[in-house]
Formats: sequence, C-alpha cells, structure tokens
Amino acid sequence: MLGIACLLPLLGFLIEIFAGYWSDRLSKTPALIAVGCIGGGFVCSVLAMVLWGNATGWAALKADDHGAAHHSVRDLAAESQMTLAQAEEHGEEQPVGADRAEMERHAAAAAGATLKAHSATGDEQHDEETATGIIPAHAVFSGTIYRLAKFGELDITVDYYIDSLTLVMFLMVTLIATCIHIFAIGYMSGELTHEYVDHAVHLPDGRHLHRPGRHYLFFAYMSLFCFSMLGLVYSGSIFLVFVFWELVGICSYLLIGFYVERKSANVAANKAFIMNRVGDFGFLIGLMILWTSFGTFRFAENIDEHGHAQGGLFHMLRGDDGLMMVSSGTDEVILHEEHGEPLVDENEEPRTIPYSLLVIAGLGIFAGCVGKSAQFPLQTWLPDAMEGPTPVSALVHSATMVAAGVYLAGRFFPMFTTEVLLVIAYTGCITLFIAATIAIVATDIKRVLAYSTISQLGYMMLAIGVGGWGAGLFHLITHAFFKSLMFLASGSVIFGCHHEQEMPKMGGLWRKMPITALTMLVGVIAIAGLAIPVTIMGARIAFSGYHSKDAIVATALAFTEANSMHFLLFLAPLVTAGITAFYMFRLWFYTFAGDPRDKHVYDHAHESPKVMTVPLLVLSLLAAGCAIGGESGVLYQLLINSEPIGVAGGRMAAASGINLPSHEAIHLVHAQAGTWALIVAVLGAFTAYAFYGARWVNPAEVGQSFPGLYRFLVEKWQFDALYDVMFVRPVRIIAGWFVIVDRVVLDGFLHAAAGSVIHLSKWDRRFDESIIDGFANLLGDVTFGIGRSFRRVQTGMLRQYITFIALGVLALFVLMLSFFPV
Amino acid sequence: MEGVDLKLFLLVGAVLFVCGVICMTSKRNGIGVLIGVELVLNAANLNFVAFSRYTPLGLDGQIIALFVIVLAAAEAAVALAIALNFYNNHLTIDVDRADELRG
Repeated sequence: MLGIACLLPLLGFLIEIFAGYWSDRLSKTPALIAVGCIGGGFVCSVLAMVLWGNATGWAALKADDHGAAHHSVRDLAAESQMTLAQAEEHGEEQPVGADRAEMERHAAAAAGATLKAHSATGDEQHDEETATGIIPAHAVFSGTIYRLAKFGELDITVDYYIDSLTLVMFLMVTLIATCIHIFAIGYMSGELTHEYVDHAVHLPDGRHLHRPGRHYLFFAYMSLFCFSMLGLVYSGSIFLVFVFWELVGICSYLLIGFYVERKSANVAANKAFIMNRVGDFGFLIGLMILWTSFGTFRFAENIDEHGHAQGGLFHMLRGDDGLMMVSSGTDEVILHEEHGEPLVDENEEPRTIPYSLLVIAGLGIFAGCVGKSAQFPLQTWLPDAMEGPTPVSALVHSATMVAAGVYLAGRFFPMFTTEVLLVIAYTGCITLFIAATIAIVATDIKRVLAYSTISQLGYMMLAIGVGGWGAGLFHLITHAFFKSLMFLASGSVIFGCHHEQEMPKMGGLWRKMPITALTMLVGVIAIAGLAIPVTIMGARIAFSGYHSKDAIVATALAFTEANSMHFLLFLAPLVTAGITAFYMFRLWFYTFAGDPRDKHVYDHAHESPKVMTVPLLVLSLLAAGCAIGGESGVLYQLLINSEPIGVAGGRMAAASGINLPSHEAIHLVHAQAGTWALIVAVLGAFTAYAFYGARWVNPAEVGQSFPGLYRFLVEKWQFDALYDVMFVRPVRIIAGWFVIVDRVVLDGFLHAAAGSVIHLSKWDRRFDESIIDGFANLLGDVTFGIGRSFRRVQTGMLRQYITFIALGVLALFVLMLSFFPV
Repeated sequence: MEGVDLKLFLLVGAVLFVCGVICMTSKRNGIGVLIGVELVLNAANLNFVAFSRYTPLGLDGQIIALFVIVLAAAEAAVALAIALNFYNNHLTIDVDRADELRG
C-alpha cells in the first residue's frame, strides 16, 4: 500500500517531465496529475493506516493491550501487497491521460476488498496471539522487495521497514504535500505562459528576462521530491535511506534553483547542495563503519530465501531490554541476535564493535542529519533556500527535506550511544537559540519563517538528544503542519502583494486578506505554544505546538534534573520558547496588523484565489487540532508505539555519567515545565504586541540603542562571514598559491618542454630538408639531367638510327678484332 | 661447283649485306628501306646456307634460313601495313617525315 503511495509521485514525475515537455505550456494537466498522484498517495496512506490498525487491533491506541503477532502481520502485509500490486497494474493499464479519480477508485476498491478479507483473519489471529500472550505490541513490517545486487557479503536490496512512525510520516507527508500542490496551482499560475517575464533578472541590455513558462517542470520536480521523501521514510535499510537521502538533496537543489536565471537562486541552490555534501560525507563514513562492523545495512532482521534469519542493525546492538552489551574491560560492544544470543564469527569468537567506533558511526550519521536538517554549524543554507518558489519552501521546511534529518535521527535512535545523543542535544540547543535570535531581526517574511524552522528543528534534535524520542518526532509532525501552513500563508501574502517579501512594506493586510491573516494567526499561535490554562474534559485547550513543545521542554527539564551539569539544555529551549513567541507575533503584527506602511503595496494587495485559501484552511484546522489530547492523544500514541525499546524506562550510562530520563520522570515534571513554557511564551507574545501591535515601544530605537548586537543579529551571527573567513578565504588563498605554483612551476616546466621540443623539431627539420631531401632531389636531378642529355639522340630519323646501328656493329667488330685477333 | 670456295659465298653475302645497309640508310622511300632490309636478311640467309654446305653445321643452317625467309615474309607484311597506314595519315611514305617520336 505504502509502496503505491510512494510510487505514485514517481509515476507522476515521469508523466509530467515527458508529457509536459511535449505538450502545451498553457495546460494545467501536469499540475492536476501531480495533485492526483500525491492525493492518491494520501488515500493509500490512510488505507494503509487502517489496514495496519486493524492488523494490530489498534493496539497502539490501547497502551496495555498486546497487538497482533509480528509474523501474522508480516503475512498480512505480504498478501495485501500482492493484491495491491495487482491493483496497481490495473491502474497502470489506464491510458496516460485517463481520469485519475477512476484509477484511485480502482485502487481503493481493491484495497477495500483486501481490508475486508483480512480484517477477519486478522481478528482470528489476534485472538490466538492474545491467548498465547507473548507477542509484543510493536508491530514492525519489514522485508525485502527486490535484490539489486550482491557482491560477496554485501547484499544490496530494496527493503522496507514499516511501523507506526513510518505510517504517521506517510500520512503527514502526503497530506501536506497535497495541500501544497493544490496551493501551488494557484501560486505558480504565472508560469502558465509562453512568455514568462522574470522581473528579478536583468539582462545586460536592461530588459527583463523573457522565457517560456515552466509550470510543468515545477510540478514534475515537486512529484519527484515527494517520491524521494516517501521512499526515504519507506526504506528499510540505511543504505537505501542514503540513496533517497541524496534524491531529496538533488530535488531540493533543483527546486531552490528553480529560477535558474537568477544568480541568487543559483548560489542558494549550490549552497544548499554543498552544505548537504559536507553532512553526507559524515553519513558515508558512518555507513562504512556500520558495514564493516555489522555486515548489514538493514534496520530489522530479515528472512532470506534459505530461511536463515539475517540480523538487522537494531537487534544486533540492542537486547530485548534496549541495552547494549558492553564487554567489561575491552570497551567493545557485543553484537547479538534478536534474543540475546551473541553472534559469532568463523573462529567462534563473539563479534564485537569497539565502543569508540560506534560513537564515530553515530556521529557520522548524525552529521548527515545536521546537513539535511540545517543544524548548527551547517544551518546557513536554509535561509538562502528561500530563493525557491514559496510552495517549495513550504515543502522543504515542513514535510520533506528538513524532516528527513530529524526522521533519520529518530529512526536511528537505537544506534546512537549516549555520547552521540549528548552531541545531538547540544547541537539542537545551540541551533535553536541562534536561529531564534536571528529571526528577531529578519525583515523578509520568508526568512523569518526559515529561521523559525531552523529553531524548531533544533528543538526536535534537542528532544531526541535528551531521550525524548516521542517528543521530538511529535514536534516534527506538529511543526510540519503549522510550518507548512505558515509558509503557504506567507506565500499567499507574497502572491497577494505581487511578490513583495519585505515585511516593513506590508502592514494592515488583514483587511485585504482576512483568510490568510486568520490562518496565519492559527499557525503563529500554534508555533508559539500558547494555550488557555483551563482544562475541559481533561485536556487543555491548546493548539498543536503547545503539546509538542511542552513535551520537549518537559523532557529537557527531566534530563536536566537527572544531569544537573547540563542545565543549558533546559534553559535554552525555555528562553527560546519566549523568543519564538516574540518573533512569530512580530511577524504577524508587522504583516497584518497596524496601518499600511507602503501605500502602493497595500493598494494592490488582494486576497488569494480559492485554490490557495482552501489548502490554508485545511492546514490551519490540522495545525490547530492534529495534536488534540496532547500526550494521550491519537497522534502521540501512534508515534510512541514505535519508540525504540528501552527509551520509556530511561537509561543509565555509567561510563559517560549521563542519565536519560524515563517516561515517569518526564511525566512528573510535565506540568511544571508546561507552565513555565506557557508563561514565557505569553511573555514573548506580549512583548511583540508591545513593540509591533500597540507600538508602546519603538523597535527601531531599541535596535539603535544596541547597535552592535543588532548588527550582529542582522548579520546572522556572522556565520556567513565566519565561513567566508574560515573556509572560503583560506581556500581562495590556497588556490592562489596553487595558481602561482601552476603558473611558475608547472606551466614553466610545460613551456620549457614545449620550447625544447620546438627547437628539436627545428633541427630535425633542417636535417630533413638539407640531407634527406637533398639526397632525394639530387637523385632526381641527376636522372633528369641524364634523360635530358639523352633526349638529343632521339631524333626520330629512321635512317640515322640505322646508320648508327651499322656503324655500331662495325665498331664492335673492329674492337673485337683488335682485342681478340683471330 | 667443286671449285667454288666458301670465301666467295661469304664475299657475295657481305656485298649483299653492305648493299642492304646502304640502301636502308640512304633511301627516304619507305618501300626502299624495306627492300634494303630484304637484302640484309637474304645476305644472312646466303651465309647460313653456305655454312651448312661447307661446315659440319649441316641441315641446321638450311632450316634457320627457312625460318628467316618465313620471318622476312611476316615482317614484310607487317611493314607494308605500317607503310600503308603511314601513307593514309601523311600522304607520303618518306621515312624522314616520320619523326613524331623525336625526343
């Protein structure tokens, strides 16, 4: 099911890239195909969710219930996949231009049949398994779809690994992507032309660039992007993840640099790509270490065709209790099978991996996450990525690109040692603080959102780092909803203001675009984490961001209580929660409230068409309500169902002296942390109101009274300058040296060599011309001369010839007789 | 015939030969040149026949003489054909006019 959901965008991409190129540029068909594909993906995801839920008896939502068996689930998955493969084939038999809805109905019907057929068997098996009562609730589907290649030990296969996290990610990605696709139909409608005028590009002769519209290309890239992300979530081995990881990277490169004619877009795309390369380098190192030590890339154990179980990474490293077996004295971690039997090599020695190597592998993988999720110190690419069209920003920032890093950090959680987790936590901590402070002074509406994304990603990393696995991924999902909402809303603003992105030129726009303003307000409240501190029916009235951020802050607090020396890990997110509220409300007041600052922009502003506002409304509902119930709500429970074993109970690492808090510990401080976070957030929001809403304080004066700090923040903590000094300049200087070396030594040598060869050949030429040619010429001349001199003899006079013959004979006789007398 | 010496035959042959050569060198008429050639060939024939009579050469000399006669006939046929062709092209058979292969 998920396979189809994953492949649909790919199919869409193929259709669009080819059909779009050949067909009319004015056609909206590519966009509709893309929407249909991703929408179909969403339908598939929902069905898969229902299937999975039935298979496990909704165990995820009943904490004390034991779900269906691992194996029965696996069988079920195999069968349903077969049925759905048929459905897919039927679907593909439809002509390319066929009605998508029909195709979806087809797939849905097939899926429905499967569902009915298996819900019965599932229940039976469920009963059986409950009777035996030994089956864990953490149902994981895993297996191999296709073997790509096998080189000796290295077995490269297309694996899948599906648990509730995968399902939730699929739902989130497909839903948000659908909304964004629909929104993009409106936003990118300017490209539906043969003569698109790009006002941001100035040709040398002063005119604007005219080029054919690239509507179809945009949607083709978007489809590929979604496919890559879904594939990444779907894949069941770290190697396959890496493949899709790179696909996501190249898609973001293509989309950020969508306006290829703009130099800034090019630079931004390159920056994003190169920054990601830096991280991916670490990723590769991690991959190599894992391969050498574990001999497999798979997450979960897998049954090969001979019936042998091949262990997965997670089971090899972690026992049933979620702990690593560290052999005493040697600092090596013993690898073992699923139920604790140590793995042995040929010499019957237990297979081990040095602890330090495991740390390096974890750090390497995390380096990849840092690059992809724009964490410190690789965060500078994300704000520049705003050069892409706004729907791309929304997709990159919520569902696909940056989510990939956090997703991987979460997925790979069992492989991270406590030291690595600490690094993750501090990275997130630094990132969230830095980005939030920069966001205070940014004036470009999209850049504010970009920095807030970085900051929120920092929250997620921090949560994962301090052991709040569920909290981090919870925030990932909720953040995806409200951040895509806010990006689309800002896209709507930009579209309505005719591509004006500077907030100081806006203001008072809520009168012109009420829906956008309202939905944006929902997003702002969600991200700021505001809530009404009363409880109705046991749950606080709060938007999604409140719940997830609370969970993170609570985890951080619990962690700090357990490890008091790392108090910064709690302080920074708490303070940043206030800053977040401040800059988000600043954005809202700046843009929508108050009086119009730029008459021209205000007069021409208009509300966006329905195709753009409807996704906004849908997303605002989700942003507000996707986390209803908080930690006892549906979303969190689904997520926590696939939490790695052992997280819930907390963890003690004697070697490093770091304790990860248990769920109980977190729960104890939850109310306290939530209150603090709420107070700080309200404080931040109020300050924003004071500055930008009510204008009690003039922000410009405040900025002028701290010029150094202000400049420092505007310059983004000097990161670009720092990288310029640290990397770009030295590289330039070294390159300069190399240029000199090239010029002087290498070029000199080459020139000398070339010169001597020329001299040599000159001499050779002389030799050739004088001696060899001379000899040949001489021969010819002599022959010619002789021939010329003999020519006179040839008179053509017959009688003369005869005379000569006669005289010659006579002469011969005379000679003969004189020398040989008779 | 008993009293006749070989030398006489050779002398007649030599005179004939020299006559033929002089004829070939002095005549401008193509036919005249051919006649000179015939004289030279027949002088050689006379010598062959004479040698076959007075020396152990025997019949061989006479056979060779016969060959030479046949060859002379063939040569005369070819040469006359050339002469006729030459006349067709140049309206004369003066061999001094046939100098187109001059170097």
